[in-house]
Amino acid sequence: MENIVIIGNGIAGISAARHIRKLSDKRIVIVSAETDYFFSRTALMYVYMGHMKFEHIQPYENWFWEKNRIELVRGYVNKVDTANKQLLLDSSRALHYDKLIIATGSKPNKFGWPGQDLHGVQGLYSKQDLDMLEINAPNKEVCKRAVIVGGGLIGIELAEMLRSREIPVTFLVREDSFWNGVLPNGESQLINEHILEHHIDLRLGANLKEIVADEYGRVKSIIVQETGEEIPCDMVGLTAGVSPNIGFLQDSGIELGRGVKVNRFLETNVKDIYAIGDCAEQHEPIGNRRPIEAVWYTGRMMGETVAQTICGNTLEYKPGHWFNSAKFLDIEYQTYGWVFSEKGKKEEEQHFHWRHATEKLCITLAYHKDSNLFLGINTFGIRMRHEVFDRWLTEGRTADYIMEHLADANFDPEFFKHHEKAIIAAYNKETGKSLKPKKKSLKRIFQLT
Amino acid sequence: MALTGQPPREISLNQKLASITGMLGLTVLLLASFGINFQNKGLWLTVSLGLITAGILWFSYEQYKGKSAGIKNDGVWFKSLTNLGFWGWIAGLSITTFYFILYFFPKYLGLVEGGDNKGVIALFDPLSKALSGNPASQWFVYGALYTIAILAFGIKFMWKYRHNRYERLRTMSVMFFQTAFAFIIPELMARLNGTSVLNGGSLPYYDLKNIWPLNYSNFEGYRIKGFLSSGDIGFAMLIFGIVSIFVITPFLTYKYGKRWYCSWVCGCGGLAETAGDSFRQLSDKTVKAWNVERWIIHSVIVFVTLMTTAVIYSYLGNDTSKYWLTKSTFLIGVATLLTAVFALVMIFKRDQLKKDAQYGAIGYFVIIISLVLIHFYSGEGNVFLFKSGALRKNYSFLIGSIFSGVIGTGFYPIFGNRAWCRFGCPMAGIMGFQQRLFSRFRITTNGGQCISCGNCSTYCEMGIDVRAYAQKGENVVRSSCVGCGICSAVCPRGVLKLENGPLEGRIDSNQVLLGNDVDLMNLVNQK
Repeated sequence: MENIVIIGNGIAGISAARHIRKLSDKRIVIVSAETDYFFSRTALMYVYMGHMKFEHIQPYENWFWEKNRIELVRGYVNKVDTANKQLLLDSSRALHYDKLIIATGSKPNKFGWPGQDLHGVQGLYSKQDLDMLEINAPNKEVCKRAVIVGGGLIGIELAEMLRSREIPVTFLVREDSFWNGVLPNGESQLINEHILEHHIDLRLGANLKEIVADEYGRVKSIIVQETGEEIPCDMVGLTAGVSPNIGFLQDSGIELGRGVKVNRFLETNVKDIYAIGDCAEQHEPIGNRRPIEAVWYTGRMMGETVAQTICGNTLEYKPGHWFNSAKFLDIEYQTYGWVFSEKGKKEEEQHFHWRHATEKLCITLAYHKDSNLFLGINTFGIRMRHEVFDRWLTEGRTADYIMEHLADANFDPEFFKHHEKAIIAAYNKETGKSLKPKKKSLKRIFQLT
Repeated sequence: MALTGQPPREISLNQKLASITGMLGLTVLLLASFGINFQNKGLWLTVSLGLITAGILWFSYEQYKGKSAGIKNDGVWFKSLTNLGFWGWIAGLSITTFYFILYFFPKYLGLVEGGDNKGVIALFDPLSKALSGNPASQWFVYGALYTIAILAFGIKFMWKYRHNRYERLRTMSVMFFQTAFAFIIPELMARLNGTSVLNGGSLPYYDLKNIWPLNYSNFEGYRIKGFLSSGDIGFAMLIFGIVSIFVITPFLTYKYGKRWYCSWVCGCGGLAETAGDSFRQLSDKTVKAWNVERWIIHSVIVFVTLMTTAVIYSYLGNDTSKYWLTKSTFLIGVATLLTAVFALVMIFKRDQLKKDAQYGAIGYFVIIISLVLIHFYSGEGNVFLFKSGALRKNYSFLIGSIFSGVIGTGFYPIFGNRAWCRFGCPMAGIMGFQQRLFSRFRITTNGGQCISCGNCSTYCEMGIDVRAYAQKGENVVRSSCVGCGICSAVCPRGVLKLENGPLEGRIDSNQVLLGNDVDLMNLVNQK
């Protein structure tokens, strides 16, 4: 029986294991140094906030693994010996594999800031980081102020977490507006305002110069690059992005770039070794995607794909239309297709932006300025139906069509106020058109004939 | 220095004061039940209920003031009241004790058979007299406190979910139905008793929205006599009771799922969603609990069906010349109806039932029908091997009192707020059966957006592992779902939507995880 070993029990590794089990009878071993059981990484924040206990963020009951004959091994892989096809675990045990899937995820970035390894400085990625946070910032008495460095998705989540325990937070964001390398200006501005509403001390255009230690080697304060201001604090969160967690693969003979280099079949340069999820780096980016995609959904898709390949249906990794979601404090964000920020957008990409007069709701629709072809949409505070936008992207609909049929795509709970009329009125005004919104149609939504 | 986390598990000073205010109101009731005779009962009752309401509202205001609209679950699992800690057990024991006294020892509340009330019941006399003209009973006291709990905690709930219009409207609806239909209208109807409007008859106490089999005693002999002796109004109410079961309930459940009742109308649901909201996360989500649930609730349905059949049977006659509905006609009718339902499901929906569900259905069907047949051929005396009175008494004790009251509500802080609705309510069970097989309602999963975080499952009061469906891209179509909408509300990625739509493709058991390429989806969907 073939022996499949998966390093990493995150969404990518677990998806691979589940699908290999569905398709085959192979022996499956998952090695993790982090936790005994799979958990939802994106939900770590809710454990600190008291919304859930750690056991709640484990999507499967503990009997699931034995029942499905998925062997779980707790251990740290020091080395991959590709010549003998074995792993060295905890510097002591050897584990043989016939096929190896590397799904080791990411680790928080550190950019060589002075003091970045002091006590009280941490990232937020792993279960260990969560445990560390309970030590560094258990409450507002121990942690009188926290400083977060890096204005991305993890940074704002960490800010929300700390605020749930009423810990004062200073948030250093390198950009002049929150996440505006990704979000168009209007949306970025909306989030700036919302961050302030949550009493977070937002510092835009501010970089970290250094972290200052007290006499015991703990964090005492940080110094802002631009102003030289010293901000006293007891905890520093480094959330300036993540990079592939592949240190243990140096000298293994597996080709590495920033991540583990893979081809479209998720194969590395070494036979029978695959890499998926955050740690995989495509030789060539796929479409508008980045070569490394540290996103939950792509981890899952790669896991499903590699399972097919390993079980004999050799399959190229061909992700469908891009989608993603996040939540900024109280504001939900969804995106379908491509909407680039002003910094990243191409010349032909035109935006239509609508924002509600009083509530924190907005959308940005991207379309081709000549052909009116719909490229993508960002929504804030309005839920949209994935299936409908996926279909529209496949069908190559125009922005006008999207505008007219926007009610079909709405996914807000029943009785929520609808904004299609206001949105289309603004679109008409901006483009000089006179489109009328169509009523929501179950027939269209569910593709009934 | 503490090595473990010390999140804010304490309530604020103002919240403590608010709690004390509410407790003072309760103390007045407690003193009254210990025999302190308040002179001006109307005044003291007003003071007491006023303090309780004010305490709850003040507490809620302190909890949500100055916070932006959004999900408010911070610290839920740190607080001893809501994480099965010390205060949770204390609260559970206190409510349970109250129910024990209410159901089995009302004299300690001051009930005096055939004389003037004493104690806390006497304190409620002025209010009862103002409404119905009669002195209060333990049920009136219970009804009044129940209504106040739904109203005050309802306002708290609406504050908490002020960004969510579905939750607000639903809560207003249960507040209305509790106050009007469960509390005021039946009391006012009692004023009509003996008047010319009712032909001198007297209507039984009737909460019109309380439908059989939740209202398991609706067709007992004394009630039927009451209805039939009260002229056209009484007769109309009896007909309404029957129409509710066979027409209104199936129709609305087909259109909207059982939530139209469980989350918008029902009093048990109303209390669970308002006063019980803080405990929704305590429901057991394991597969084991689900298996237990299915056996218990379906057994209760069988029990209530047998019991009601026996009770109705017991007061029907044998002589067709006196009344068309005789004992044997009735039994044949029941057997025919059950056979028809069983046959239709087995013929058309068999593939949607799991193996054990099929066995269970067949087993129970055989039991019921053989009991009916045994009786039919054995003649008078016992129905279904037991006396109908004994069946009724046992049902009322075990299910009506112990299960729905003592365990169902008393154990909110232990088993979660919907333990009764989930394991015990036969009405929910029957509607659930229809919801699973023949309804437009479903919770749609939004393509591939689920991140498996677990908020939906954790906050599902019915113990449904919502995430298990959502992370596969599968719609949630479950018998037990009461449509409270909280899974959708707490989802941080906008993945879940309660909606009514075509039956076609509703269950959607193919895993559709959008974002994958089409070939992969086909391969993944191959079973």
